[in-house]
Amino acid sequence: MKVLTANRLIDGEVVWYGADEAWIELIDGARIARDKAAEEMLQAIGKAALADNLVVDVDLIDVELQGSRIVPTRLRERIRAAGPTNHRHHGKQARPDFAPGA
Amino acid sequence: MYRYDEFDHTFVQARVAELRDQVERRLAGEITEDQFKPLRLMNGVYLQLHAYMLRVAIPYGTLSGRQMRMLAHIARTYDKGYGHFTTRQNIQYNWPALADIPAILDDLASVEMHAIQTSGNCIRNVTADHFAGAAADEVADPRPYAEILRQWSSVHPEFSYLPRKFKIAVTGAERDRAAIQVHDIGLHLKKEASGALGFAVYVGGGQGRTPMIAKKIRDFLPEADLLAYCTAILRVYNLNGRRDNKYKARIKILVHETGTEELTRQVEAEFAHLKDGALTLPEADIAAIQAYFAPPALVARPEGDAAVTQARLDSRGFADWLGQNVTTHRHPDYAAVTISLKGIGEVPGDATDAQMDAVADLAERYAFDEIRVSHEQNLILPHVARADLKAVYDRLVEIGLATANSNLISDIIACPGLDYCALANARSIPVAQDISRRFASLERQREIGELKLKISGCINACGHHHVGHIGILGVEKKGAELYQITLGGSGDENTSIGEIVGRGFPPEELTDAIETIVDTYLALRLDPAERFIDAYRRLGAAPFKEALYAGEAKAA
Repeated sequence: MKVLTANRLIDGEVVWYGADEAWIELIDGARIARDKAAEEMLQAIGKAALADNLVVDVDLIDVELQGSRIVPTRLRERIRAAGPTNHRHHGKQARPDFAPGA
Repeated sequence: MYRYDEFDHTFVQARVAELRDQVERRLAGEITEDQFKPLRLMNGVYLQLHAYMLRVAIPYGTLSGRQMRMLAHIARTYDKGYGHFTTRQNIQYNWPALADIPAILDDLASVEMHAIQTSGNCIRNVTADHFAGAAADEVADPRPYAEILRQWSSVHPEFSYLPRKFKIAVTGAERDRAAIQVHDIGLHLKKEASGALGFAVYVGGGQGRTPMIAKKIRDFLPEADLLAYCTAILRVYNLNGRRDNKYKARIKILVHETGTEELTRQVEAEFAHLKDGALTLPEADIAAIQAYFAPPALVARPEGDAAVTQARLDSRGFADWLGQNVTTHRHPDYAAVTISLKGIGEVPGDATDAQMDAVADLAERYAFDEIRVSHEQNLILPHVARADLKAVYDRLVEIGLATANSNLISDIIACPGLDYCALANARSIPVAQDISRRFASLERQREIGELKLKISGCINACGHHHVGHIGILGVEKKGAELYQITLGGSGDENTSIGEIVGRGFPPEELTDAIETIVDTYLALRLDPAERFIDAYRRLGAAPFKEALYAGEAKAA
């Protein structure tokens, strides 16, 4: 199970490709690829977004579903989805609409 | 300190205009990320885990109050109200937007600062002893030469596309406070018998995944030959350094694979072409640069002795701080102050905008407007009258920067690690905070004595763990963080690379392991005067391995 992630070009904000075809700032609405074909489609979307100068550092990352929550497999991506663990009032975790993950 | 002339102002402003244009063209899609990346790196702009990161150059770690206030302004205006001081005497901002960076660079240029060549395959910030110009044991101030090297290396037409990054450090005392032996070029400024100034030249030191101690290839290079000789070294490296493998591209690998003798021969052969040519430094030029670094007018303040004696009686806190954070100055009425950015449980090397402003005020009022950044991620006020130490201390207490732990175990060097850095495998900041809290008692820390603990969150070793008396390297194993401990490293004039003590520790066992190591040292040291590093060199790793792992062997 994978989602597509990147950093927004203009400000470096971490984003994911959403189920509704937009780049979103919280992982909750990310579009999940459940098979090879879906992964390839996401990869193509990522390549296009890079070429369109929307995002940089595009990557397909492994995730799990915990209930309905999307949780990245790697610690690195979990930190990327929330913010630095030493400054809980910095990053996405400080947003009022942030739902704490696993 | 150095002041920009018209050429410098024009140069930096042109560079800002160039980057502004590059950013605009990038945002408009006229250049691709592949094209843009090396350009932004040459201006210190990284892409990290959560955001861009901007690394601002602080040449040889020296800055004025006015410059520090601008760093505070940038933190406040474009970032989240803080900055991180690094192991190469620079400052990093973790949250700038790419679109804001030209404006940030404009602000920096207005106070004679920039972010040029703080990244990329070029010559980086030339670092120097943070007590330069103040230390009692200094032969000569290394910073004029660091400034000469800075000017020479800025946008050097031949050396802007090196096989890899290149780092130079300079020290002016026998005791090496600049870690020159783990730099690509290390320069030890000294005098020969006649009194003439020159350098011992070291090449090929470095940390990262293959730590190596530099080799001395010249015992005495006359000062006039500095640029010609460094050019010769860079030329040999630029021609022969590997470009096929990023992990074998530093000059340390070239020295290792070529052999020191052959490499020296190549350097000397190239130098023979350049010697006495256009790169020779005329005495007048050196003197002109040295004039910028003329020591401040240190008026006699003999009342300092009595003032300090009284203050020590009045304040236990001041006495502790005086004993630990205040260093002997070459002038008896003065002292060099270390402002610890390692508060107990705080993020090592971080300062808020308010703290930066307060340090700027202190520098202007009590320290001849001069501040240094040390490679150990602390700030220094190099020239403070002893009569003013109590006033400085009181203000530092108010702003939370009076921790009396310089060179003690909680004076930790830590890289940003997996909380910020795209290269990291493990977090380093929470590890540092936990160890700091475990050893919070200053009395206990003083009992332990000098202990340099350094933490890196990946093999790139930005936390300098290889030269920690205790080094910690974070790795990723089976998706979880694991920490390897090394012992016996040192970055001073007796440089040594730390040795791995055994299997790694998960984060929940790590602080206990550090405590075990410390307790083992305390039990086995000859007396309190035998530092941890000296005891380790005497005892070897065996008693530490035994203390850490013996239980397991018995269980197995």
